[in-house]
Amino acid sequence: MVRVTHWITTLCFFALLLSGVEILISHPRFYWGEAGNVLTPALFVLPIPASRSTVPTGYGYVLPDQNGWSRYLHFQAAWAAVLTGLFYAFYGLFTRHFRRNLLPSRRDLSWRSLSGSIANHVRFKRPGDGEDRSYNVLQRLSYLLVIFVLFPLVIWTGLAMSPAVASAFPFAVTAFGGQQSARTLHFFVSIFLVLFLLVHIVMIFLAGFRNRMRAMITGGARGQGEEHA
Amino acid sequence: MSKLSRRRLLKTGLAATAGASGLVVAAELADRFGLIPPDHGGLYGAGETLTYASQRLLTRHSLAREFSRSQISKPPFANDTAPMNAAYKRLQAGGFTDWRLGVDGMVSRPSLFSLAELKSYPVRSQITHLACEEGWSYIAEWTGVTLSHVLDAVGVHPQARYVVYRSIEPDWWDSIDMADALHPQTLIAYGMNGAELPVGNGGPLRMRLPRQLGYKSVKYITRLTLTDNLKRFGKGLGSASPEGGYAWYAGI
Repeated sequence: MVRVTHWITTLCFFALLLSGVEILISHPRFYWGEAGNVLTPALFVLPIPASRSTVPTGYGYVLPDQNGWSRYLHFQAAWAAVLTGLFYAFYGLFTRHFRRNLLPSRRDLSWRSLSGSIANHVRFKRPGDGEDRSYNVLQRLSYLLVIFVLFPLVIWTGLAMSPAVASAFPFAVTAFGGQQSARTLHFFVSIFLVLFLLVHIVMIFLAGFRNRMRAMITGGARGQGEEHA
Repeated sequence: MSKLSRRRLLKTGLAATAGASGLVVAAELADRFGLIPPDHGGLYGAGETLTYASQRLLTRHSLAREFSRSQISKPPFANDTAPMNAAYKRLQAGGFTDWRLGVDGMVSRPSLFSLAELKSYPVRSQITHLACEEGWSYIAEWTGVTLSHVLDAVGVHPQARYVVYRSIEPDWWDSIDMADALHPQTLIAYGMNGAELPVGNGGPLRMRLPRQLGYKSVKYITRLTLTDNLKRFGKGLGSASPEGGYAWYAGI
């Protein structure tokens, strides 16, 4: 079940990323606070052309505008991801998946063990025997960060941009300092998620692509049939 | 692969039947309580329906945040004004004295309101945030008459479920449900930041819904139509937005 939710989330993530980029290029300027537009100073501006002619970018051309379906897709994929995430969270609590597979043991969190794991990673040491079946401490910490910090934050900052949600739950917006702040943070959290994805993919290749993919698709690592589902 | 046993087949069949009939009942109930948006069909209908239904349940009576005067965006925001059509220019040349807002459809007293008449009604001013789907936004003070006041004046039939509103630009039209139409912050705005509503911001008259994105606040409105069925308007998707690929409900 964890594997099923993983692949649904993967699909949603790519849909959100693609549509998110499409929405972003209609106004590649970022602000801090409640409001911001082309007449007010920007916090920073991405050096790319825009898909709307109303944004002065310095480029002589306008990118194709794909905002309509991108917005529909973004929110549909967000719903699918949130519902999958909720299911995963309850399932993980109920089956003790988080405690067994994601929460590092106290011993693993000692400075010695952590520095040992970091040293192994820096030297690109191949995973040891035990690591074929379970996650190492750095893996556990980064998965916990993504699942319990970055995902909730990207959902929250996304909701904080909604005028209807802002009217019903003003604190969801004021906590960030305004709707434009939420938009800027939404962008940065997304960048962190993309960085995680890149490292995640590189690690799969370093650890043995075929074996890891088989484990994540069928649940068995090297045919040993260890049940991870 | 385990073989499909008769018991399993029966169980799955029963569960599927129960699930399907549950969905039918849920859809019937959702429609009765106004939780289904007019653009519920198609590839993205599921996400759109979830958004609209959940926000109708959670935010029906919520009030958009109002800001202090010091938070009004400086310089005041102004859109590029597209060249207006001949009908608009004619009315503009006459100082908009001949501008009329018609109200028809499911109402007891179909009426035409001049700007002066609208301005004689109780004035409401509010400093709210307007966010565009592109990502930018501004805060301004909007002055106008509440849509609910105008609707009270014409006597809306109880069967009416939507207000369709149209601009002097023939391609610009939109609609909202009665929850938004009767909301105390939904204005027919004729003023901005203490002055007449500038042409670039929709003057002389625009719809103003602070709980939805800017594109629902249609500019240069001339006509309101009360209806119980959006299928009769345009392609039946509730507004020009879904016809152009954008969601009808923009509370996101």
